[in-house]
Amino acid sequence: MSMHPKIVGRLFAFLVLPLLSGCNMVVMSPSGDIARQQADLILVSTALMLIIIVPVIFLTLFFAWKYRQSNTEAPYDPEWSHSTRLEVVIWSAPLAIIIALGAITWMSTHKLDPYRPLDRIDAERPVAADVKPLTVEVVALDWKWLFIYPDYGIASLNEMAAPLDVPINFKITASSVMNSFYIPALAGQIYAMAGMETKLHAVINRTGEYEGFSANFSGSGFSHMRFKFHGLDPAGFDAWVASVRQKGSSLTRAAYQELELPSEKEPVRHYSTVDSGLYDAILNMCVDPSKMCMKEMAMIDARGGGGLDSANIVFQLTYDRERNWGSIGRQSRPFLLAQCTPEGAGPGGSEVLPPQSRSPFPSFGPSYGKGGDLSQVSSGTVLR
Amino acid sequence: MISKTRTHQAALATENPEFYLTDKDHHPEGSTMLGFWLYLMSDCLIFATLFAVYGVLGRNYAAGPSPADLFDLPLVAVNTAMLLFSSITYGFAMLWMARGAKLQTLSWLAVTGVFGAIFLALELYEFSHLIHAGAGPQRSAFLSSFFTLVGTHGLHVTFGIVWLITLMVQVSKYGLTQENQRRLMCLSMFWHFLDVVWIGVFSFVYLMGVLG
Amino acid sequence: MFSNPDLMKFIFGRLTLESLPFHEPILVVTFIGVMIGAIAVLGLITYYRFWGPLWRDWITSVDHKKIGIMYVILAIIMLVRGFSDAIMMRIQQAIAFGGHEGYLPPHHYDQIFTAHGVIMIFFVAMPFVTGLMNFVVPLQIGARDVAFPFLNNFSFWMTVAGAVIVMMSLFIGEFAKTGWLAYPPLSGIAYSPDVGVDYYIWGLQVAGIGTTLSGINLIATIVKMRAPGMTFMKMPIFTWTALATNILIVASFPVLTAVLALLSLDRYLGMNFFTNDLGGNPMMYVNLIWIWGHPEVYILVLPAFGIFSEVVSTFSSKRLFGYTSMVYATCVIMILSYIVWLHHFFTMGSGASVNAFFGITTMIISIPTGAKLFNWLFTMYRGRIRYEVPMLWTVGFMVTFTIGGMTGVMLAIPPADFVLHNSLFLIAHFHNVIIGGVVFGVFAGINYWFPKAFGFKLDSFWGKVSFWFWQIGFFFAFMPLYVLGLMGVTRRMSQFDDPSLQIWFSIAAFGAGLIALGIAAFFVQIFVSIRNREALRDLTGDPWDGRTLEWATSSPPPEYNFAFTPIVHDHDSWYDMKKRGHTRPLGGFRPIHMPRNTGAGFILAMIAIGFAFGMIWHIWWLAIISFVAMIAVAIGHTFNYNRDFYIPAETVTATENARTRLLAGQS
Repeated sequence: MSMHPKIVGRLFAFLVLPLLSGCNMVVMSPSGDIARQQADLILVSTALMLIIIVPVIFLTLFFAWKYRQSNTEAPYDPEWSHSTRLEVVIWSAPLAIIIALGAITWMSTHKLDPYRPLDRIDAERPVAADVKPLTVEVVALDWKWLFIYPDYGIASLNEMAAPLDVPINFKITASSVMNSFYIPALAGQIYAMAGMETKLHAVINRTGEYEGFSANFSGSGFSHMRFKFHGLDPAGFDAWVASVRQKGSSLTRAAYQELELPSEKEPVRHYSTVDSGLYDAILNMCVDPSKMCMKEMAMIDARGGGGLDSANIVFQLTYDRERNWGSIGRQSRPFLLAQCTPEGAGPGGSEVLPPQSRSPFPSFGPSYGKGGDLSQVSSGTVLR
Repeated sequence: MISKTRTHQAALATENPEFYLTDKDHHPEGSTMLGFWLYLMSDCLIFATLFAVYGVLGRNYAAGPSPADLFDLPLVAVNTAMLLFSSITYGFAMLWMARGAKLQTLSWLAVTGVFGAIFLALELYEFSHLIHAGAGPQRSAFLSSFFTLVGTHGLHVTFGIVWLITLMVQVSKYGLTQENQRRLMCLSMFWHFLDVVWIGVFSFVYLMGVLG
Repeated sequence: MFSNPDLMKFIFGRLTLESLPFHEPILVVTFIGVMIGAIAVLGLITYYRFWGPLWRDWITSVDHKKIGIMYVILAIIMLVRGFSDAIMMRIQQAIAFGGHEGYLPPHHYDQIFTAHGVIMIFFVAMPFVTGLMNFVVPLQIGARDVAFPFLNNFSFWMTVAGAVIVMMSLFIGEFAKTGWLAYPPLSGIAYSPDVGVDYYIWGLQVAGIGTTLSGINLIATIVKMRAPGMTFMKMPIFTWTALATNILIVASFPVLTAVLALLSLDRYLGMNFFTNDLGGNPMMYVNLIWIWGHPEVYILVLPAFGIFSEVVSTFSSKRLFGYTSMVYATCVIMILSYIVWLHHFFTMGSGASVNAFFGITTMIISIPTGAKLFNWLFTMYRGRIRYEVPMLWTVGFMVTFTIGGMTGVMLAIPPADFVLHNSLFLIAHFHNVIIGGVVFGVFAGINYWFPKAFGFKLDSFWGKVSFWFWQIGFFFAFMPLYVLGLMGVTRRMSQFDDPSLQIWFSIAAFGAGLIALGIAAFFVQIFVSIRNREALRDLTGDPWDGRTLEWATSSPPPEYNFAFTPIVHDHDSWYDMKKRGHTRPLGGFRPIHMPRNTGAGFILAMIAIGFAFGMIWHIWWLAIISFVAMIAVAIGHTFNYNRDFYIPAETVTATENARTRLLAGQS
């Protein structure tokens, strides 16, 4: 096939889409290069599959009509049930389509991998060597979106802006439950998960105000977990940054902890300053200074754990259990824990015996523990 | 394709084919063993899932104790020996069953049960010490998956002992009837299956945890 | 005494008067309706003195045919519940625009979409499919019952118990607000502290035991109990698909059981499998549940493929085209369904090579599926197609399912999935394959085998009305969702801002209304058919000029299915017997060995409900007593050695002679 697949796709779009011209199909006519390529992929794959789908549907209806009982003219062959030639065709025709689609899938999945930095602004323009990508750190909160601009030291809630034709590097995490970060006009979605970072690379090519939202159900405020994404020309973006700087308040750790509490339909808010390392602390779930950061925990684990006497740091590693999303007064802890002393520092809030009363494992083996009392470890330092 | 056509023709060639089995009853071979095998395989998948979960979470100590801190290999070795012995003694019970010796079968079953009970007691002892040492199942994902994997095996053994006692009552009451023999056979498969799973637990969790 | 909070807590756990939804008018009205219905049914049973027969002939029955029928009845009842949820969602989404909050607040709406998914998959599609397999498979392979008749009864009642547990959540407490797969951390105790997720867990665990055991049972039946001469390559296609489905059940449901058990350990004992705390990993849950979840899709659709194969060959009066390739296609689908699970979450960030691998394996499944479609197509070719109701559903399926298959392959391309995932496009896709595949297949199957089960055909006029309402309603209900998905509308939203979406939601709601009429027409069809049963009566046992062994016996079949076990020479064995002039033996009957009915399965399942209720509401005494009682009943049941009996030769002779007279009267 000499025609460029995209041309086939566009041709198909030209034929089918007018039927639906009444509505704004943002997924099929996006404004960012990544989403554009993803839409093209939908068109190309549809066109390829129609090669097989259309004949099947046509033949179904045709045979259904032609071989109806009342049509005694049609040939009737009750024993005919095998034809090697035909079987080869019915297995190899879908196979051929799938080989083509599989090749497209392999290539496009690598090319449009959200973790892969962009190499082009759009179909015609590669990324210039000197252009500095815009980094945006995205936090899915319950139920609102926080965008931190580390290059500018600002942040905004439920509103995001980006300059045209500048690659955007998203770093995405969440504060509690799983969400999915999705701006259909810009690029495909990716999950936002607590304690983990996902990445997305995209670019916006047309100015405008676009919808962004969570695409993964996350609880009662989910329907309103939406924001506006502004694609702005460079001057407009600078003006937006300036206005955030001018009018915004400051996003301290304390302010974040307040913000993190579940709430719905939050208005747009701007922050002119952001505590340094806030995103890193959110990602590592240690905005609360009494908590141990995930990376510290991972470091201790990589070294073989914290030893036997580390029970007291349990409290520093629990995040979910203090959230209490329940309706008023209902029990929000696992039953057995609620029966223990809930304020204790032991596993899940149970009471911990003082070290001297904990007997080591008797007899059989060598002695336990590898020294290093981690009970004094606080966030930010590892004492070993 | 050719062979298929041939058999088809062969069938057609038969002049007066029989269409009904009129002279004798159709006795399909017993399906209990196959059914029980299938059950064991489904149970095996539960263990496979738990092993996989342990594989994923086994090093998430949450800055807490690790296998090397906690596991007591000599204790577990004794424990393993108990279970292996119980498998052997179950084998003896089955041998006596084949000879139709009810009393010997029952005695060996009792010995099996005692070994199983010792295994369980040692496991509970281990668990209680871990919990006392602050390393309960809630301490870390590693310990959650450890307690769940080992505990699920322990629950199976408990269930096996209850079943064993039931069968002993039934054998002593009704003798080594065909039905009871079939049941003993099923329990035998179950018991050996638990043994195999335990070997997996011992090597994958304990040995690799402490030595690896 | 009752003012003592500790005592109250001991007796009732966390169950309080507030748990009863008196403040929800919708639920109060539903409850009153259900109560009136229940009283009416109980009254009728009492009036007609049906309690005795109900207990003896149905509840304790180990007859695979009766159990199959009861599965289908359960599925139909639950279909009404699941569909009520669907239409409530459609109405909410059609009106909740521009600041208008609709009539369902999020906490109610979120329960409804969760319940809709759970009920439709576990308590509608599964019992439909299991019921048809239960009824048909032993007949098709010339067996007298399944391999483990008691287990079959127990499996059924456990499925009912699961359904009862889920239904209880409607009036006592609430259901999960997490979506039908209850992803943590949202479904963890910290974010879903209420009873909803516990109802979900225990409902599925109890039903899952039933499903797994029934899977084991049917595999053993198919492998061990086929009539003499029926080699694997002479098995009817429906039996083949049933075998593949049950292998999938046995090889995937244990994973669901395990993963739900881990979730409950998190919730009940504070463990850390799927929490954000202390090293837990929520992504593992998503992987594990889809390792069960994707095979589940094929568990549902493979038997439907089997039904279509039987129907298309019977009503085209022609051999199935490409039997061998159909069998291989089924097996290939069965195996491949295990290596595609990750396509449900390409957006989790697994990396390009992993995503591409799972995308391509997914696409490969469409090759055998496509081959199957062509096989049905060429079965129609040079046939003489009779447009009875089952055939209408089949042609409707071939057109509808093809579209669903196409959108499925689109979703299998990871970068395309990034823009379509979790959107209404996805919703449209899977309803396209589940309604167009499974539901159409089930209705084809019900219309096809109903005369076998009850001895009279279903009314074809109302059957056709039902078909056309479903078919047209489907396109109205789900094509707008494809469009909405491309407009970037995501799933599980209860309120919308953009008014331009409303028209599409209104069309979809209209389509749901048409489907409601289709369901109503189905009920009318049943009612009319029962009323006209004498006119619709089938005395031959073979009303459609069938091709497989189930049509060789009378309708409804006698308790023992076949007086003499048939001998099989061809995969269309009944067609073969008719063609080569078999003669039905008229004498020489012998006593037939049959399993005895037992109430143990029913009792165990009812205690399981008590256990689950105790666990859900933290009423520990109830949970402990029920658990001990279950073990005791199970052990007690093993002391019952008197499990079978012989139907005397005279009874068999009398039954067969009656049939001989009927057949003589026919000709």
